[in-house]
Amino acid sequence: MERKKLISDDGRRLDGRRLDEIRPIKFKIGVLKNADGSAYMELGKTKVIVGVFGPRELHPKHLAVPDKCIIQARYHMAPFSVKERKPPAPTRREIELSKVIREALEPAIFVELFPRTTIEIYAEVIQADGSTRCAAISAASLALADAGIPMRDLVASIAVAKVDGHLVLDVMDEEDKYGSSDMPVAMMPSKNVITLLQMDGMLTYEEFKKSLELAKKGCMEVYMKQKEALESYFKNIKEEK
Amino acid sequence: MIYFSQRQIVVPGFVLAEGNYETGRNVYKEGNKFYATVIGLAELKDKIINVIPLRGCYIPSVGDVLIGKVIDIITTAWLVDIRSPWNAILFAKDFFSKPIDIMKEDLRKYLDVGELIVAKIISFDRTKNPVLTAKGRGLGKIEKGTVIEVEPTRVPRIIGKKGSMINMLKKETGCQIHVGQNGRIWISGKNREDEFLVVEAIRKIESEAHTTGLTNRVYSLITKRRVVNGKEKANI
Amino acid sequence: MTISPIPSLKKKQIYELAESGKRIDGRGLIDMRKIEINTNILDKAEGSASVKLGDTYVIAGVKFEISEPFPDIPDEGILSVTAEFLPLASPLFEAGPPDENAIELARVVDRALRGGKAINTKKLCLIPGKKVWTVWVDIFVFDHCGNLIDASALASLCALLTAKIPKTEVIGNEVKILDEYEPLPIESLPIIVTIAKIGDKLLVDPSLEEEEVMDCRISIAFVEGKDKQEHICAIQKGGRGSFSYEEILRAVEIAKVKSQEIRKIIPCGGK
Repeated sequence: MERKKLISDDGRRLDGRRLDEIRPIKFKIGVLKNADGSAYMELGKTKVIVGVFGPRELHPKHLAVPDKCIIQARYHMAPFSVKERKPPAPTRREIELSKVIREALEPAIFVELFPRTTIEIYAEVIQADGSTRCAAISAASLALADAGIPMRDLVASIAVAKVDGHLVLDVMDEEDKYGSSDMPVAMMPSKNVITLLQMDGMLTYEEFKKSLELAKKGCMEVYMKQKEALESYFKNIKEEK
Repeated sequence: MIYFSQRQIVVPGFVLAEGNYETGRNVYKEGNKFYATVIGLAELKDKIINVIPLRGCYIPSVGDVLIGKVIDIITTAWLVDIRSPWNAILFAKDFFSKPIDIMKEDLRKYLDVGELIVAKIISFDRTKNPVLTAKGRGLGKIEKGTVIEVEPTRVPRIIGKKGSMINMLKKETGCQIHVGQNGRIWISGKNREDEFLVVEAIRKIESEAHTTGLTNRVYSLITKRRVVNGKEKANI
Repeated sequence: MTISPIPSLKKKQIYELAESGKRIDGRGLIDMRKIEINTNILDKAEGSASVKLGDTYVIAGVKFEISEPFPDIPDEGILSVTAEFLPLASPLFEAGPPDENAIELARVVDRALRGGKAINTKKLCLIPGKKVWTVWVDIFVFDHCGNLIDASALASLCALLTAKIPKTEVIGNEVKILDEYEPLPIESLPIIVTIAKIGDKLLVDPSLEEEEVMDCRISIAFVEGKDKQEHICAIQKGGRGSFSYEEILRAVEIAKVKSQEIRKIIPCGGK
């Protein structure tokens, strides 16, 4: 059976996007009352809610570190977030993603300011349509800002895929499934450094370089939206009647 | 070169300035550039760049008077939640005015889990937990009244310039109000209605913290409510 | 930021207020908090709903799966309810498998839906003894501000009401899933109302602060039967305290009235 064509002859993707176009982004900040900071993100049909607690004392105490704060992150998918119901217990994939998400955010946080404590980051994917880890990272960065946790920069994230021989920005589910490579990237945009980089599939050196450039452009776009969302949320708080 | 206007909202990583300035609160320098570390309002005063935070937990500081909640009792001390990343310790000797035999006495009898205290921080340096004292004028166990929590970042506004806001609240409601630096506020009045009026006023200050003319608006809220409450009483 | 008990001062205040018929958030004793229901919020779930009950926030999602029936009811589909108390919902929740509270909640919701015959499970049988539909209801708690049971039951019911199940064609021993959908056979609307006991007062829809200091609680589910009468379809007493005989009856009376009120605001998906 012939596979569905993912890129049309005039360079449009299945949802009508151009190759270097990201999906509509929606951020909401302060969506949860109990969490110290929280944010919701829609990246196209991907929907993620992130809550942050801390810094607070770490229990059991022997896990605490004398000179810095321990970052804990959990990435988790709801059973109803995907087509085939996913049992709620964490899978190996979710455990790996939790680790890379933590390591994508940690470089931004001034962990040395809070010795012997922990910051917990919980990302819940309620609908998955590709690039869920990117959405989790971008939203988590806003939740951390909402918690007032000191950071060097926000962290913005986006994925690049190779689909039907073309490099495309902001990968959705079908492109991820049928594409020939997937490369999620996270950056601290004002510092111009990369904090997450994963790749699977096959790319030439030239393609890789191009993918990275494309990811950088995407991260900048996400970053602009993050800034806008934070500024307008806190402006409203400031001016609330 | 300054890249913000006075009291502009900035986000973590925002490039505030380049060149010959000094880092104040919530600002860091890398190379020649100054960046914000938190979401807040940027301010430049005498070459010093500050970001006034809009969110964040309470960071202990020696000399701060705050309201703590007892969460555990260890043989010679209480463990106290002060809404900071670190729990505070209150040693028995810093609570009792007369020496007592700790081995014989049950600390729980004097201060139990769940009870609140007004206390002062006597030592803290991030490597060790903050230590409190509850001995001294205005310090000690809270026995009555209402205690509420506000964002710790809103505390300066609730107190007001030179105490203007808090003094007005005290005067107009007749309540005693103790604002802990950690965002817990103890209100003690003649009756619950007076206390709830203070709570309502504080909630208003909290949500409009960074606007102008706030003291006047809070004042008129109180007078308005008092008229209503007065009428209710007259009807009875 | 730190886990700690509710101040004894506040506990005293909650009891004092209840004594004079008042509550710390200004509600009357039998007032619910504001309820906000949103349905069909997700595309990948076959049915979905979010419920905000005050600041308590839950999402329920419905998924379908073809499975083998239970041997004792070979001609009925299966309803399966799970609940996750997500660690972001409360400083007290931890990541990990559902604890006894989450399991209790899921089972109470399950009993209300089952006892109240919300779904006609006979219509979910595909090949008797061999293949039936399993209806999964997964409850996710995002913000725990008290009374998770009522919010979860309501979200589950609303998610089921909006759910679309694929039509099927049975050929011999094979089930072919078609690309056409129909609503689930929902036949009644069980509603759970939880009532807390504080001193000798009964408080509807306890907030988190009230739950933390209450003596005990009782959750009662009501459903309108085919006879147009209100029937009790599930009960769960929780907490360490006890109710008097008279208090139980009073709670049931209150729950009956409140459940009817709540049923009126359900977006009924055609019903």
